[in-house]
Amino acid sequence: MSQAAVPAGAEGAAAGGTAVRQLRARSYGAVYGAVGLAALVAIWWAAIEFGSAPGSFARLFAPAAAFSSLIELASGSDLWTHIALSLKRIAVGLGLAVLIGVPVGLAVGASKALDAATTPAFQLLRMISPLSWMPIAVMALGVGDAPIYFLLTFAAVWPILLNTAAGVRALDRRWLLLAESLAATRWEVLSRVIVPGVTGHVLTGVRLSIGILWIVLVPCEMLGVSAGLGYFILDTRDRLAYSELAAVVLVIGALGFLLDAAARAAHAAWSPKR
Amino acid sequence: MSGAGAALEARGVSIRYPGAPAPVLADLELAVAPGEIVAVLGQSGVGKSSLLRVLGGLQKPSSGRVLAGGADLAAPHPRVAVAFQDPALLPWLTLEGNVAFGLDFRRQPKRSAAERRALVDAAIAEVGLEAARRLHLAALSGGMAQRAALARCLAREPDVLLLDEPFGALDEVTRAAMQALLLKVVARRRAAALLITHDVDEALNVADRVVLLGGAPARVVGVWRVDLPHPRDGAIAETGALRIEILTALRSAVRRH
Ligand SMILES: Nc1ncnc2c1ncn2[C@@H]1O[C@H](COP(=O)(O)OP(=O)(O)OP(=O)(O)O)[C@@H](O)[C@H]1O
Ligand SMILES: [Mg+2]
Repeated sequence: MSQAAVPAGAEGAAAGGTAVRQLRARSYGAVYGAVGLAALVAIWWAAIEFGSAPGSFARLFAPAAAFSSLIELASGSDLWTHIALSLKRIAVGLGLAVLIGVPVGLAVGASKALDAATTPAFQLLRMISPLSWMPIAVMALGVGDAPIYFLLTFAAVWPILLNTAAGVRALDRRWLLLAESLAATRWEVLSRVIVPGVTGHVLTGVRLSIGILWIVLVPCEMLGVSAGLGYFILDTRDRLAYSELAAVVLVIGALGFLLDAAARAAHAAWSPKR
Repeated sequence: MSGAGAALEARGVSIRYPGAPAPVLADLELAVAPGEIVAVLGQSGVGKSSLLRVLGGLQKPSSGRVLAGGADLAAPHPRVAVAFQDPALLPWLTLEGNVAFGLDFRRQPKRSAAERRALVDAAIAEVGLEAARRLHLAALSGGMAQRAALARCLAREPDVLLLDEPFGALDEVTRAAMQALLLKVVARRRAAALLITHDVDEALNVADRVVLLGGAPARVVGVWRVDLPHPRDGAIAETGALRIEILTALRSAVRRH
């Protein structure tokens, strides 16, 4: 399925040159990115070094302390348990959002009437911060994972649903006509043309959803559960382990970065074919 | 020209688009017999592609009937293959995947995976695209995409081929090769083919019959029988007179439009 199949002969050399150029461009990007991250740490360090009195409380959040706590935490098992749980919640929330958002998005995209009927309602629901449902979710679903799954799914479903619907509306009429000319059944039109035809849009929605999920997850985990990265933040605070708190903040940032990179890679792996 | 034994037939077909003041096409009679190639000529916008969609069962005529193998055509027939004016390849599939597309659909004739692979391989070889079989649409030239769309039609071994300017994006040499391929396939399978083209020479090269559409609404304004053996490269003397006659008719049809 890869695009790398390069015709043999003279074009091979040219394509090789392109690959080198691409690699060079990418490593430039990586170098600049690393410089930016280093600058971020430098600002962090300088803000604490020059912005707070020696021996003050804020000094506990300094980068050096955070990194050494991070190494310590990484060698134990606690941090990993919290990470695994948080990632599991993300996976469940995203999975439910895809299971609901894609079919509903397909239906909304295919039917003008349904689209007109649902658009105001969806736009309204979408603009309600998922966190404001938290008390209701806890009352309705009790404490534990259930309200978290509900809130995460609720937060993640909109970008997927709306992007899927947009994807259906953007489908090329010629593809549908082609399928029809091949005497395709309705199911074949759906599974062989519509679903692959909207996959790029769905992946865009998934990427947006992952960003939202990760941001909503941490405050969600601060209520009524006893594990996960959000809980761990509160736990370090309560233990007055401030360098650990800073380390967990770092972990949250790094994991979010990796999740977004994974979503972007999935999108890129699909789209160069288009 | 119409009647018994036709593989595909239009009887009194009119096409009128909603909102349009007049029909595009009116009372059209046209039949294609097995083993026959009919070329349809006509100026741009006369309704050739519309006619092709109606003959393919993709669009209902506003009046009249379309018959495939003697029976009314209610929906696209699995034995009728259409090559659209635009190749319409699916961008998420490789060329190979595009050629195979539809072969395994439920309403198509039952074939094993091995049979399907053999058909796809043969069709790709016939249009000369073996080297490109794993490429995606984005990496194909216009002519390659057009040949892939042709291969997609041929792979199904259809009884009727409806081709809408299938060689428009091809160079002289490739075009001649594809015309020869069409002749071969039609002869081998006794398929019926309707070839829409704007190229009089192409029509004279491959067709058993040349049909000219003209007027508003469009009707058949001329039919020429081309009773010459293939290949016709050497038959310049015979085709020359026909060519002038058809071109003259085409010009006056355009003026009348
Ligand atoms: N879906 C449609 N809705 C409304 N009008 C249409 C539609 N498709 C075609 N037409 C009109 O019907 C007429 C014939 O179009 P058609 O595409 O059949 O012409 P054509 O002979 O294939 O032209 P060309 O040689 O340029 O491909 C045109 O006037 C066009 O505007
Ligand atoms: Mg046309």
